[in-house]
Amino acid sequence: MDFKLKKEQEVARDLFRQFAENEVKPYAQQTDEEHRFPTEVVEKLQKYGFMGIPIAKEFGGQGCDTLTYALCVEEMSRVCATTGVIVSAHTSLGCDPIAKYGTPEQKEKYLRPLANGEKLGAFGLTEPNAGTDAAGQQTQAVLDGDEYVLNGSKIFITNGKEAEIYIIFAMTDKSQGTRGISAFIVEKDTPGFSFGTKENKMGICGSSTYELIFTDCRIPKENLLGRIGRGFGIAMGTLDGGRIGIAAQALGIAQGAFDLTVDYVNERKQFGRAISKFQNTQFTLADMYAQIEAARLLVYKAAVAKDTQRSYTLEAATAKLFAAEAAKYVTEKAVQLHGGYGYIKEYDVERMMRDAKITEIYEGTSEVQRMVISANIL
Amino acid sequence: MKIVVCLKQVPDTTEVKLDPVKGTLIREGVPSIMNPDDKAGLEAALRIKDENGAEVIAVSMGPAQAEDVLREAMAMGADQGILITDRAFGGADTWATSSTIAAAISKIDYDLIIAGRQAIDGDTAQVGPQIAEHLGLANISYAEDVKLEGDSIVVKRQYEDRTHTIKAKLPCLITALSELNEPRYMTPGGIFDAYREQDITVWGLKDIPVDEANIGLNGSPTRVVKSFPKSLKAAGMMIEDTVEKEVEFLMDKLKEKFVL
Repeated sequence: MDFKLKKEQEVARDLFRQFAENEVKPYAQQTDEEHRFPTEVVEKLQKYGFMGIPIAKEFGGQGCDTLTYALCVEEMSRVCATTGVIVSAHTSLGCDPIAKYGTPEQKEKYLRPLANGEKLGAFGLTEPNAGTDAAGQQTQAVLDGDEYVLNGSKIFITNGKEAEIYIIFAMTDKSQGTRGISAFIVEKDTPGFSFGTKENKMGICGSSTYELIFTDCRIPKENLLGRIGRGFGIAMGTLDGGRIGIAAQALGIAQGAFDLTVDYVNERKQFGRAISKFQNTQFTLADMYAQIEAARLLVYKAAVAKDTQRSYTLEAATAKLFAAEAAKYVTEKAVQLHGGYGYIKEYDVERMMRDAKITEIYEGTSEVQRMVISANIL
Repeated sequence: MKIVVCLKQVPDTTEVKLDPVKGTLIREGVPSIMNPDDKAGLEAALRIKDENGAEVIAVSMGPAQAEDVLREAMAMGADQGILITDRAFGGADTWATSSTIAAAISKIDYDLIIAGRQAIDGDTAQVGPQIAEHLGLANISYAEDVKLEGDSIVVKRQYEDRTHTIKAKLPCLITALSELNEPRYMTPGGIFDAYREQDITVWGLKDIPVDEANIGLNGSPTRVVKSFPKSLKAAGMMIEDTVEKEVEFLMDKLKEKFVL
C-alpha cells in the first residue's frame, strides 16, 4: 500500500493550490459578505479546465481521475467553500450523470459544453416534501406527443440560477413508487421553467441556491436521461459520486481552518508567550490534525474506489460522514483557539465554521450516511 | 513555424532562507520552479502558437530533475520537451552553458528562439545573448512586448527610461522580461498528458555537435575566486510622528552620521 500521490496528481494539487491562493482567495470574503456568486472566479475555473477534470477528453473533459478532481475541490475549499461546492455540484451532479447514463447525442449536446467550461450544470432532486425521503417526488413528467410536460418545484438547488443545464427528477408513474421516477435534462430558458426564492443561507453564501419551478414546462422526449423509471437509481448513483466531492470540500475547509490556526497560535501572545506554547493549544491542534488526516485518507480512498470498484457507495458515505464531522469539529476548535478574533468576520475561520455545517447536511445528511453505511455492513 | 523556448529550473528564491549561523543559503526543501522570465518567454511563444499556429519546443539544460520544467511547459501547451543533460556538462559557466545549448538548438530547424532575460539564481543575463552569438543570430533583449508580423518579429525593448521598438527578420533570438505577459496556468489534463502520454527527448554529449573544449567545468573560463554571504544590514527603525518631527529626527540622524 502506497499513500503517496502520483507525480501528475501532486503537480495538479500544487496547481490547484496556487490557483486557489492567487485567483480564489482574494474573493472569498467578499463572496461571503455580499452573498454574491463569484462569476470572475468561475470563468477562470472554466477557462483552465477545472470544471471537467474527471470527464473523458472525447467529451471535452480533462481525462483525469476522480482523485485529482477531489484534490481540486479540496484546494478550492481550503480558501473558499463556495467555490468548492460550485465545482463539486457542477462536476459530480451536473456532468457525471450524463457521462454515465447519457446517450451519445446527449453527451455531445450537453456533456461537452459542461465539461469544456462553456456552461454550468446543476441537479434538481430535493423538493419541499422530498428531502431525505427522495422517493417522495411530487414533480411530475407526463408524456404528450414528442414531449414530456414537467410540473412541480425543486428547492435548495446549488448553482440554481447560474447553471444552464439541469438534471431534473420527476415522477413518470406514481403507481410504481421509486420505479416511477425518471431523470431528465432540462435547459435554462425552456418556457415554463422559472426560478423562485433565492435562499439566504448560514454559510457557502456565494453559492447560488434557488428554487426551480416547472409549470407546464415542455421538454423534448429525447431529453429523458437513462431509461424510463430508472431515475431513482440514477439519483442515488450520482449522489455516491457527489458525496466524494462534498467530503473533499469538508476536508478542504478543515485544512484551511487548521492552517490559519497554526499561523495564529504561533503569533498570538498571552501571558508573555505564544499561545502555541500552551499544552491546551498543542493538544487541540493534535486532535484537529488527527481528524484531518483520517478524513483525508477516507476521502482519497473513496475517490480511488470510484475509479477502480464497481460499487463505492460504502466508501463514499463513510468519507462524507467522517469528513463532514471532522470539518465541523476542526472549524469549531479553530474559532475557539482564535478566541474573540475567531468570532469576528474579518477572520476567515468565522466563515469556515459556518461553511462547514452544510457538509453535514447536503447530498445526504450525516444521518443518511449512517443509514447507507449500516445498510452496507449489516 | 517552430519556436524554441529556453527554460531553466531554478530554486524558488522567495522561499530560500539564510542559515543564521553559517550565513549560507539553505537549499534543502526549497521548491524548484520554472524561472519567471523564461515562463514569460514560453507564454509569448504559446500566444504566437494560439494566434498563428506554431510548434513550440521547450529546451532545458540541467540535471535529470529539470525534466519537471519541461513537463510543466508541455502541460501549458508546448509540443515537445528536450532535456540537455550529461555529467560532462556539469559545472558550466555561461560560456559553456550557451555553447552547449546553442549546439543543441542548431540541430532543430527553428524560426525563433525565446529565452528569459536572466535566471533568478544566477542573475547573469548572459546565456540568451550568447546563444544568439554562437548561432549568428540577431538578438533582441529585454522584450516587454512581442508581435509576429509576417516573416519578422516586432519587439518592444525595455530600457530604464525609454523603450525601443525593433523589427527583426526571423530567425532571431529574443530575451523576455517577466513583465512581458501573465503566463497561463497548466490545465489538469495537460499535466496528465505531460506525465502519462508524452516523452521528454534527452540529449547527452554524444547527441550534440559541440566542441568538448567549450563544455562543463573545464570549458568554463569563469573562475569564482571567493563566495561569501553579504553581511546583513542592521535592523531598520520606524519613526511614527508628525511629519515635522519625523523630518527633524531624520536630519539629526543624517548629521550624526556625517551624511550632511
